[in-house]
Amino acid sequence: MGAKMFGARVPRLEDPRLLTGYGSYTDDFHLLDMLEAAFVRSPHSHAKINGIDVTAAVAHKGVVAVYTASDLPEDLRYTTVPFQVPNPAISQPFQQRLLEDREVCFSGEPIALIVADTRYNAEDAAMLVEVDYEILPGASDCKSSLDDAAPLCHADAPNNEGAKYTVGYGDLDAAFANAHLTHREEYWIHRGGGFAIENRAVVAKYEELDDVLTIWSATQSPFLVKQNIVDMLGWESDKVRVIAPDVGGGFGPKTVYYVEEALIPVIAKDLGRPVKWVEDRRENFLATNMERDQYWDMEIAVDVDGKLLGVRGSMIHDTGAYMPWGIISPYISATTFPGPYILPAYQLETRVALTNKVAVTPVRGAGRPQAVFAMERLMDRVADKLNLDRAEIRRRNLIPTEDMPYALGLIFRDGKPMTYDSGDYPKCQAEAMRLGDYDGFKIRQKAARAKGHHIGIGIANYVEGTGLGPFEGATVRIQPSGRICIYTGGGDSGQGHWTTLAQVCADKFGVGIEHIDVQKGDTGKIASGVGTFASRIAVNAGSSVHLASTEVREKAIKVAAHMLEAAEEDMDIENGRVGVKGSDLSVPLSEIARAVQGMPGFSLPGGVEPGLEATHYFSPSQSSYCNGTAVVEVEVDPETGQVEILKYSMAHDSGTLINPFVVDGQVQGAVAQGVGNSLLEWMVYDDNANPVSATFAEYLLPSAPEAPNVDVVHVESPTPINPLGVKGAGEGGTIPAAAAIIAAIEDALSPWDVEISCAPVTPSMIAEKVWAKACD
Amino acid sequence: MKPPPFVYHDPHSIDDAVSLLAEKENAKLLAGGQSLMPMLNMRFVLPDDVIDINKIEDLSYIRDDGDALVFGGITRQRDIEFSDLVEQKIPLMKEAILNVGHRQTRNRGTFGGSLSHLDPSAELPTVSIAQDAIVSVRKKGATRDIPMAEFPMGYMTPSFDLDEMVTDIRVPIWPTGHGYAFVEFARRHGDYAITSSAVLLDVADGGEISKASVTLGGVGPSPLRVATVEEGLAGEVGSKELFTEIAEKCRDIDAMEDVYTPAWYRQHLAVVLTRRALAKAFSRAANGTGMNLR
Amino acid sequence: MSDRRNISVTINGETFEREVETRLHLADFIRHECLLTGTHVGCEHGVCGACTILLNGQTARSCLMLAVQADGQEIKTVEGIAPNKEELHPLQQAFQDNHGLQCGFCTPGMLTTLLEFLEDNPDPTEREVREAISGNLCRCTGYQGIVAAALDAAKRLQAGS
Repeated sequence: MGAKMFGARVPRLEDPRLLTGYGSYTDDFHLLDMLEAAFVRSPHSHAKINGIDVTAAVAHKGVVAVYTASDLPEDLRYTTVPFQVPNPAISQPFQQRLLEDREVCFSGEPIALIVADTRYNAEDAAMLVEVDYEILPGASDCKSSLDDAAPLCHADAPNNEGAKYTVGYGDLDAAFANAHLTHREEYWIHRGGGFAIENRAVVAKYEELDDVLTIWSATQSPFLVKQNIVDMLGWESDKVRVIAPDVGGGFGPKTVYYVEEALIPVIAKDLGRPVKWVEDRRENFLATNMERDQYWDMEIAVDVDGKLLGVRGSMIHDTGAYMPWGIISPYISATTFPGPYILPAYQLETRVALTNKVAVTPVRGAGRPQAVFAMERLMDRVADKLNLDRAEIRRRNLIPTEDMPYALGLIFRDGKPMTYDSGDYPKCQAEAMRLGDYDGFKIRQKAARAKGHHIGIGIANYVEGTGLGPFEGATVRIQPSGRICIYTGGGDSGQGHWTTLAQVCADKFGVGIEHIDVQKGDTGKIASGVGTFASRIAVNAGSSVHLASTEVREKAIKVAAHMLEAAEEDMDIENGRVGVKGSDLSVPLSEIARAVQGMPGFSLPGGVEPGLEATHYFSPSQSSYCNGTAVVEVEVDPETGQVEILKYSMAHDSGTLINPFVVDGQVQGAVAQGVGNSLLEWMVYDDNANPVSATFAEYLLPSAPEAPNVDVVHVESPTPINPLGVKGAGEGGTIPAAAAIIAAIEDALSPWDVEISCAPVTPSMIAEKVWAKACD
Repeated sequence: MKPPPFVYHDPHSIDDAVSLLAEKENAKLLAGGQSLMPMLNMRFVLPDDVIDINKIEDLSYIRDDGDALVFGGITRQRDIEFSDLVEQKIPLMKEAILNVGHRQTRNRGTFGGSLSHLDPSAELPTVSIAQDAIVSVRKKGATRDIPMAEFPMGYMTPSFDLDEMVTDIRVPIWPTGHGYAFVEFARRHGDYAITSSAVLLDVADGGEISKASVTLGGVGPSPLRVATVEEGLAGEVGSKELFTEIAEKCRDIDAMEDVYTPAWYRQHLAVVLTRRALAKAFSRAANGTGMNLR
Repeated sequence: MSDRRNISVTINGETFEREVETRLHLADFIRHECLLTGTHVGCEHGVCGACTILLNGQTARSCLMLAVQADGQEIKTVEGIAPNKEELHPLQQAFQDNHGLQCGFCTPGMLTTLLEFLEDNPDPTEREVREAISGNLCRCTGYQGIVAAALDAAKRLQAGS
C-alpha cells in the first residue's frame, strides 16, 4: 500500500490548471449567440420612483431588450426574493424585489436590466434610462437609525427595527451583586465585505429542445440558487441545472441568492438566447452583501481573582435595507460571546437595525469577530484594572478540558443547545503563547522602548461553531476506467476540495489522490446539496465521502471475492486492486466496475446491485466547535499612527487535519482578512447612507506588505460528532484578529494610556489619541 | 465599467497632436493611461475624442543639459526609476519614484501624465515643485514655459489650457553633495500618500544651511512649498533642535479635509514628516552630520 | 457611433488579427476576442492587478490599456508561461509546492508580475518580494504562500540558469 493520504501535507491537484490559465470561471464561458446584461441601479440610498423612461435605451445600438419591473414575465411565481431563513424574532423581514419601480432603499438597487450584444453597448444604454427620483432621507448609522427621529429606511414602515431578541442564562443580579469589580464599555465594529477578487457572475442558457435551463453562477450555494429558480418558475426540479464552476473566492457574500441570479435565467428563457452578466467592481461595492457593523454596550462582573461572574448588555446590528439571511449573523454574534470561558451568567439584548445600505449577510467569521472583540476587550480591561496579566486572566477562566463536552446554556442557530464537543483551550492558549514567546515579551518591549520603538503584544481567544448541518452529500463512483470520481454538491471557491476529499477517499482503495477526480458544485451531478459556507465542507462532505468510500470498498471486496472465489474476510485492497491476502490473486477496480455494470441475461456477481458506487448524506447531530488563540506583536509609530505587525502566532484547533498544508493556507488567508478588519477596511457612507468608498483605491484591502507571516501551530482535538474527527477551518483566523491586534496596539501605546474600543482603527485615529494624551 | 464611446486618434507627431487638440472640443489626451483609463472605465469622463500620444517618439527621453535634466512628456516613470542620470543628479526624484504606484503602473505611467493629472499627493509633481522645474507646454502654433510654482491652478487643475499639452519638463539640478529626502506616509505601499515631505538642503562647511527647499504633498489642493520653513533654515546650522522646532511651522498650514483624513492629521503628518525629512536630508548632505529624528 | 480599427497583436507567439471597437480595453480583447481567459479582470480601475500581462516583456495592467494600443505589440499571458503542456514553469511549480494559490483568480497576475520581477531581481529578499507584488491583491492566501513561492522560485531559477 502507498503512502497514507489522509492527513498528509500534499500539494493540491487543483493547481496546475489554475496556474496555466486553464481554470474556467463564469466569465470565461462564451456561448453561441450570447447576449450581455448591464443593470441600471439607483444612485440614491433612498428614493421614491415616480417614473422610468426606457425609450432612448431601447433604441440604442446593439440593445436587444430592456426590462423594468413591469416588463418581467407575468408567470413568475414571485417577484420578491423569498425569505430564506425566518425567525419569530423578526418583525420586519423586508426582502428585495427583482427589479424595483416604487421605492429604492439602497444605492445600487437594480431598477432596470439592459440586454445587448456587448456589455459596452449595454452600459451605454443604461446611461440613457431616465428615472424620475424623489430623493428621500436615508438611515445611515445603525445606532442612530433606531432613534425615533431617524429617517425611515422603508418609507411605509413604522420604524427601523427589523428584529429584537434576547439570549442568556444564569443569575445576573447575583453576579453583579457579588462582583469585586465591574466594567462597562461600548464597542463598535465597522462594516466590511468579502471582496473576492472575482466578482459575482451569472450565465444562463435555455435549451428549447429539451426545455432545460442551465445556469453557471459564481456562487457558494448552487443548490440554493437552483431551488429558488425552480420555485420562481414553478418548474419541475430536473429542468433547472445550476453549476458553480471555478469560483474566484467566496468569503460568505456569494452564499446568498441574489436578484441578479434570478433575473438572468428569466431573461435568457424569455429571449431564447444565452445571457451573461458579470458584476463589475463598482456593482460589487454597491450591491454585494457585506457584514460586521455592530455596536456593543457591555458590562462585565468579576471576582477578586478575575474570575468571570457575569456579563450583560445590548447590541445593535446593522442589517442594511433587507434581511435575506434573517438574523443569522447577529444571532451567531450573541451566541459566540461567551467563547472559551466559564461564564456563569450572561444576557444580551440584540436589536437589528434597518439602514439604507446593501443587505448584511455573513462574511468570513459571520458575526463572531465582533462578539470576540467585545468579550476579549472586556477581559483586557478587567485584567488591567486588577493589575493582572492579560493572558493570566484568560487562563483562569478557560473551560478545562475535563469539562468537555461542555453545555453553555445557550441555543445555537441550528436550534440545538450549544454544547462544545471537544477542545483543549488551556493547551491552545499555552501553545500560542509559546509560539509568540509571550513570556519573553516584557524584556523585548523594554529593550525596544530604550531604542525609541513602541512594540506591544495582544492575545485573544475564540470558539467557533463549524460544520453546520443539515448535510452535504457525496457519491463515490469507480468508473470502468478504474478512476475514482467523487460527486458533491458544494462548490469550491479556493478551499481545495478536490485534494482534500480525494485524501479522505484514497486510502480506502490504496491509491494516490491523482487517481481521483472530484466533481463539485453541479446540481446535475448529485441529487441534493447545500453549499460551501459556514466552514462546513470538511465535516459534512468529508464525512459523506468517508462513508460512501467505505461502502464502495466493501462492495468491491464482495464482488472481487466472488470473482476470485475467495472469502471476503481474506481480501484486501492495494494500489487499486482487490486481492487475496498473501497470494498473487487480485483483480483491478476497473474490472470490478465493469463486472457490476452487468451483462444482458447474466446475474450480477455476488448478487449485488449494479454500479460500483455509493451515495451518503452525512448529517451531523450538531455543530462541532473549533477554537484558537492569536498572539500578536506589533510596532506602532506613535507620531504617524502607523502599525506594523511584527509577529503573528496562531494556535488553531480544528480537530483532525485532512491536509495541514491546506489548513495552514486557510488560517493565513483568514488572518489577512482580520488584519483588514482591524487596520484598513472601512466602508464609508455619507449621512444619507450613500457609499463613498466604492473603489479599491478607497476601500483598502491588505496587500502583501501589510499582511503578516502567520506562524500556525495545530492542536488537534478530534470531534466525536463525525467519523473523521474534523472541524471547520476556514474562518478561525479572522475571528480573534481584531481583538488581538488592537490589544497589541494599546499595549504598545501604554506610555500614553491609550484606549481603543473600535475596529478598524486607522493611523489618524491612533495619532490623534496619542497626541491628545501628549498634550494633556 | 467599460469605456464610453469615443473616436480614437493616434498622432505620430506633436504637431499633429496639438492640431487635433485645437480642433476637437471635448478631447482627452491619453498618455500612460494610469489615471485616464480608470476614469474612462468608470465613465467619470466622457470625451468625444481620445488622443493617444504614445506613438510620438520624440516625447520620450531623459536629456542632460548640464544645469538641468530635461524629460520628455511621455517619459515613463519606469525610465526615471532605472535612470542612472536621475539617480546621480536628482536623487530626490529617484527616492520619490519608488513610491509611485507599482511596477505595473510605473511601466506605463508618464511624467507629463502625472503633472497633468496633478493629484495633490502625487510624487512627481511634489518633486517638480521642490526642484523648481519648468514645464513646457505647446498648442497649435505656440509654445510656452510654465514654472512649477505657477503650474497648479487648483485642486487637480494645471494652469495650461485645454488645447495645450506638456511636451517636456526641465528639472534644475542642485549642487553636488546636496542633501535630499523624500518621506511620505501612505496607508499601504504604493498608495497615494496622505502627506509627503520633500526636502533639499545645500549645506556649507560647518553645517550651515545655505539654501533649503521644503515641499509638502497632500496637504493643500496641490503640492506646496513651505516658505516659512525654508526661510527659517537659511543661514542656520543644522541640528536636531532646529529641525524639530522649525518643522512645527507646518502645523499652521491650511490643510484639506475629507471623509478619510481630518485636516488636523495632515498638518500633524506635515510636521512629523518634515522633521524626519530634514534630518535625513541633512545626514545625506556632504557637509551635514548624521542624525535620526524618527 | 462606433469607431473601429483592424489590429494585429501577437499573444504567446500567436498572431491575432481582429477588427475591434477602439474603446475596447485590452483585457476584454485578450479574454473575449482572443478567448485567452487565463487573464482575469478584478476591478477595471487598475488596483487589483489580476489583469496583469507582459507587454513587450514589461508588466502592464491590461484593463488600463486600449486594445488598439497593443496593435503590433507582443504580449505574454499566463497561458504562455509554461514551457509545454506537460510541464510547469519553475515559478508555477513553486506556487503549487508552496500553496501559493487558493481560488486561482489573482494567480495569473501574480505570475506575470513575478516573472518580470525575478528577471530584474533574481535573488530578492522577502521584503522586496512583498513590495513587488504590492500591486496585486489576493484575498485568499494572506500572501504567505505566494511570497514563499516567489522566494523558492528565485532559488530554482538561479539553480537552473
